Amino acid sequence: MLEGYNFAFLDEGAKRQVRRALLKAVAIPGYQVPFGSRELPIGRGWGTGGIQITLSLIGKDDVFKVIDQGSDDSVNAVSIRSFVSSCTGVEQTTDTSQATLIQSRHRIPEAPLRNDQILVLQVPLPEPLRMVEPREAVTKRMHAELDYAPMWLGLYEHIVRVGEVKIGADYPVQVENHYIMLPSPIPRFDNPKLHMNETLYLFGAGREKKIYAIPPYTQVASLAFEDHPFRIEDQADRACHLCGAQGVFLDELFAEDGQKIYQCNDSSYCLKRMNENGE
Amino acid sequence: MAYVAVTGGQEAIAASIALLREYRCHGDNPLDPVAMVNRMGLLIDKIMGEAGLYCPDHAALALLQSEGSVEEAVFLLRAYRSSLTRAYYSIPLDGAQMRLLRRISAAYKDVPGGQMLGATYDYTHRLLDFSLLSEHEDTKIDTASSEDEECNPFHALRVSDLLRAENIIVQSPTHAKSSETVPEDITQNPLRFPTPRSARLQVMARAESGFLGGLAYANLRGFGQAHPTVGELRTGWLEVNIDHPLLDGQTLHVGEIQVTEVESFFSLEEESQLEELRDDPLKRMERGQGDKADTSTNALQIGVGYGLTFGRSDQKAISMSIMDFSLEKKSEGILSDDEFVLLHGDCLEMSGFISHLKLPHYVTFQSKLDRVRSTRKDTEACHA
Repeated sequence: MLEGYNFAFLDEGAKRQVRRALLKAVAIPGYQVPFGSRELPIGRGWGTGGIQITLSLIGKDDVFKVIDQGSDDSVNAVSIRSFVSSCTGVEQTTDTSQATLIQSRHRIPEAPLRNDQILVLQVPLPEPLRMVEPREAVTKRMHAELDYAPMWLGLYEHIVRVGEVKIGADYPVQVENHYIMLPSPIPRFDNPKLHMNETLYLFGAGREKKIYAIPPYTQVASLAFEDHPFRIEDQADRACHLCGAQGVFLDELFAEDGQKIYQCNDSSYCLKRMNENGE
Repeated sequence: MAYVAVTGGQEAIAASIALLREYRCHGDNPLDPVAMVNRMGLLIDKIMGEAGLYCPDHAALALLQSEGSVEEAVFLLRAYRSSLTRAYYSIPLDGAQMRLLRRISAAYKDVPGGQMLGATYDYTHRLLDFSLLSEHEDTKIDTASSEDEECNPFHALRVSDLLRAENIIVQSPTHAKSSETVPEDITQNPLRFPTPRSARLQVMARAESGFLGGLAYANLRGFGQAHPTVGELRTGWLEVNIDHPLLDGQTLHVGEIQVTEVESFFSLEEESQLEELRDDPLKRMERGQGDKADTSTNALQIGVGYGLTFGRSDQKAISMSIMDFSLEKKSEGILSDDEFVLLHGDCLEMSGFISHLKLPHYVTFQSKLDRVRSTRKDTEACHA
C-alpha cells in the first residue's frame, strides 16, 4: 500500500464530489454532468475520468478488473491496475465474471455483464456535438434545447459524400430518445450492448471534467436513418485463430509471413474459451 | 496444461522504470535538492507556478525525480496536491502590500515611491561565462544586501492608483461584479462558460508559460488588438493569512510567498456607452448611425490587464496581463475566446492528451479501417 496517502488516493471530499456527480448522471441518463476533476498520478487523457470514478466507488470488498483495448495486459491496464492496487489493496482479477468493478478503455467485455457489476468506461472526448460545434457554451445550449439538427445533417453529409457515416469507433447514440451521447471509443460492435442492459455503465472524462451514465434497462439507439441503418464492423467469415470464436470483436494481426490472422480482442474471454476447449 | 495470460506489458513497464532510474542516476555527481532550490530558482518558480503549488522543496524533489523535465515535475506536484485535503482558504492577498524586491513602470519616468530594478537578466549581455566552470562550490556571495531588505522593507502604492484617482481607469462592469462575489475555485470546480474573471485569472496563473507567451505575442503582433504599456511590474513577498480557525475575528499567519504582479495599461473606449449601443439597435438608429456605432463621441479610458505568478517570472506575468485584457474585452477573434485560451494551455491537459496518442489504439483503428474498406468496396465496384 502507498504510504502517506488516503485510501484510494483522493481525499474524501473529492470522492464525495464525484459520487454526487454520479448520482446526478444516473438520474439523467446520457446527460454530461460537469465535475471538479482532480489531477491524478496518471496522465490526463490516460483514463483519469474512469479512474476517479473507480477511486470514488471502490470499497475494500470489491474485486477489480481493468482492461485496455480488450486486454488485461495492455501497458495502460497494467499501469492503472497497479495504481489502484497500490492505493487500495483491493483484490484484482482478470476474470470478467469475478469482478464487481470493471474499468475499461475502448471495449465492453464479451462476457455478458450482470446487475451486481459496474462497468466504468474511460472517455477521451465526451461531447458528441463537438464534430459540428467547437464551443462548449453553445453545445450545452444545443443539448438543453435538443437542437440536434446540425448533428443529423453532419451524418447525412457523410453519407452523401462517401456513402457511409465516417465515424468508426465512438459512434454516437441517443439515450431514451433524448440526449445524444458518445459511448466512448468502443467499436460499433459494442454499441448494441448498451441497450436495455442489466449493468450500470458509468462514463468518466477526466480532462474534459464530465461524468455521465447509462443505468440498467435504458433505451440506447445508435444514430441512423430509416434508409441507412446503423451497421457494426463487418467481421463475417472471420474466426479467432486461437479459440475459434466467431461473432466476437476480433483484432486483425499480421503473422510473420505477412498473412492476416484474427484473434479475440477480449483476451480474458479468449483465454477462458481455450481452457474450456482444452478440458 | 492450462493457458495463462502473457504478461509482456507488466514486464516491459518494470524494465522501463528500471531504465529510467538508470538515466536519472547517471554519473557520479548526485544533485542536492537544497542546491537546486538555491541555484535553480527561476526553474523552481516556473514549476510551482504551473503546478499551482507553492513549495520550493517539493518542486526541487519533483525536478530531481523527473530528470529535469518541467512538465513531469508539474505533473508530480499537481497529483500530490489532489491527495491533500483542502482545509482553508486564505484571506485575499493584496499586491499593494507587497514587500518589494523589484518594481518598474514603463508608463512613467518616475513614480512615487521610486523604481527599483531588482534582479533581472534584461540588461545582461548574453555571453557564455566560462569562468563559472571553475566557480568553487564554496563561492559565497555577501548577503548584506538582502539583510538590508529585511531591515528596511520597501513598500509602495500601485502606479495604477494614480490614474484611478484621476478617474481615467474605470473598472469595467464585469470587473466590479467579480470583485463583489466569492471568487471561483478552478481546482475544485469545472470551468463553466462564459467564465468569470476570477476563474480566468486562476487558469492563466497555472497555464504553461510558453503557451501564454505565444498567445500574448500573437496578440501584440496583430492577431489581436491588445498593445499594452506595462504600467507596473513588481516582484516581492506577500504574507499569507487565514481566518483563525478558533478565535473569531482573528487571523493566523501561515507564511509568505514570492510573486510577480503586473498591471498593463491599454486605451479603451468607454464600455458603458459601447454596450448600450450594442444592446440597443433603436438607440443606434436614433443616433443616425445605422449599424455602425458612433465612436467619435466615445471617450477613451485606460483599461487594465492583470497578471500574477509565483516567483520571479516577468514574461509570464506580462503575458497573463495581456491575455486578461484580451479576454475581458471580448472582442472578435480567437484570442478573446475564453474557451480557446483557457482550455488549451494547461500543462497537464495538453501533455496528457498528446501523450495518450502513444497508447494502443488498435480497436478504434480497426473500426476506422472497416469504414475505409467499406467505402472503397463501393467505389471500386462503381469503377469496375
